[in-house]
Amino acid sequence: MQAAVKKSGFKEWMRKNATGYAFMLPFLILFAVFVIVPVAVAMYYSLTNYNMIQPARFVGLSNYSQLILDDDVFLISLKNTMVFAVITGPIGYFASFLMAWLITLVKKGRGFFSLMFYAPSLTSGVAMANIWLILFSGDRYGYINNLLLRAGLILEPILWTKDATYVLPVIMIISVWMSMGTGFLVFLAGLQNVDPAMYEAARVDGIKNKFQELRFITLPMMKPQMLFGAINAIVGAFGVFDVATAVAGMPSPNYAAHTIVAHLYDYAFTRFNMGYASAVAMALFVITFTLGRICMHVFKDNT
Amino acid sequence: MTAKAVYKPRRFKFRLRRLSFSRFMLYLLLTALVVIAGLPLFAMVCRSLMPLDELYIYPPRLIVHRPTLRNFSDLLTSLSSSTVPFTRYIFNSLFTTVVTVLASVMVCCMGAYGLVKHKPAGSGVIFAVVVAALSFSTHVTQIPNYLVVNGLGLVNSYWALIIPKIAVAYNFFLVKQFCEQLPDSILEAARIDGAKEFRVFWTIAMPLLKPAWTTLAVFSFVNNWNDYFSPLIFISSNALKTLPLALQTLSGGAGVVARAGTVGAATFLTTLPSILVFAIMRGKVMETMSFSGIKS
Repeated sequence: MQAAVKKSGFKEWMRKNATGYAFMLPFLILFAVFVIVPVAVAMYYSLTNYNMIQPARFVGLSNYSQLILDDDVFLISLKNTMVFAVITGPIGYFASFLMAWLITLVKKGRGFFSLMFYAPSLTSGVAMANIWLILFSGDRYGYINNLLLRAGLILEPILWTKDATYVLPVIMIISVWMSMGTGFLVFLAGLQNVDPAMYEAARVDGIKNKFQELRFITLPMMKPQMLFGAINAIVGAFGVFDVATAVAGMPSPNYAAHTIVAHLYDYAFTRFNMGYASAVAMALFVITFTLGRICMHVFKDNT
Repeated sequence: MTAKAVYKPRRFKFRLRRLSFSRFMLYLLLTALVVIAGLPLFAMVCRSLMPLDELYIYPPRLIVHRPTLRNFSDLLTSLSSSTVPFTRYIFNSLFTTVVTVLASVMVCCMGAYGLVKHKPAGSGVIFAVVVAALSFSTHVTQIPNYLVVNGLGLVNSYWALIIPKIAVAYNFFLVKQFCEQLPDSILEAARIDGAKEFRVFWTIAMPLLKPAWTTLAVFSFVNNWNDYFSPLIFISSNALKTLPLALQTLSGGAGVVARAGTVGAATFLTTLPSILVFAIMRGKVMETMSFSGIKS
């Protein structure tokens, strides 16, 4: 018996697994070629000097040392991206949660409210930038300037998208608008998943109001959704590029809106310095991946 | 209201007022959020309908007074005389997006079905890798992707915008989570009836997975329709540009003043499809998202 199994081991293994692999094959090939292997390839190229014409030349960690020690523009992009992510990430995350929670409290008009809340995250950042550029236009014709002038809050129009002091905050406002609904669907689903019987049981146990309900019942039950939402928020916030370039241009005034992805794009696809750009990509990878891991730890499901 | 309440016991009166006050606050907050979310969209709609003189009036106007479809007809007809008509950009966006969505639905559903219902060796590891891939953005892999697409000679073609975006971790993840709760007994019954495995997948599993793949289709549509980075690096030929990239050319450069109206119309046409797709599919999307949590 034992011997028979061993003899036909491979055949048996094939019989058991072939159908599954056959179904997964198209996905696995594309996923490997365009997602998994590229991470390793980017890691390798980050250690080389490669311009797509001459073969890649191994240079060790010199791209990284240049990145951290000599590239002031990268450090600016890192700082901008960090400031951007630290502010817009959490605001978008909590705004999404707040909206999802508020919607579960109303009985009428849920469909309308969900559509309205989610609509901004369905828009194209580049397309909406046309509207934002008019709203934040630097002359008196700009809606925001006009409003502030008439209210007497400012004496002359502000060059929102040209002045290095204002351009990043403007991009953050636009991005918050675009991301305040991103996690909304996930959170709403999580909230609706909570068994209503739990709330009744809790009321017997002395939970008095909606806030206590949220704190002691809903949030602990929603950990998987909170995690999914957090990871999406991190990836979105650190990948900021479209809105920044559409609003501030490239390069932006005094690099005030230069982001990590903008730096990557600049070195990879305008200078074709693929080795150095891969080091930038790796920096982005390490940051989002580490934060993702931390989130997985924070939202660990203890149940 | 207070006059009526005088006759009622004190405690009850307090509760009644607090209840209506909190409801009032709730609706106030919801309305405020709707206004914040909707105002830029409202401005967009209005500006696409404004005649030229209203676009440049002082003080600037939010609400359109004499709406006209002139901007749209200008965009679609008079711009046709230029080298690349605007309708071509619409076609480019529509074609690449629809093909990507269909391919992604097929590939991700098959993959998730194979993983969940056949559990071949190593499926645990594969899923762990997919979850890990959720936590880095596509920008990280963009350089190797470019090298592959370039190596295949596909730069500056529709395929450059389609092939790298079929196997997306996010899409696979959603279908996989939904697939978990598909009862094995139904599939087993079909197999006993002698159905081939692909038939079981196509005629039994796919209809049951409909909420999952409609959701995937919606997200995939929105992402690809709005994608700016891929066409930016892969497409240099004017005739192959998709809407977001074409919009940037349209709105920048010389003759900006004369084009303000058409840019407004183009912005509207670029924004509308994603919102429409979501509005139509909202129910199915909500059903699927219940399974979207990651258990760590």
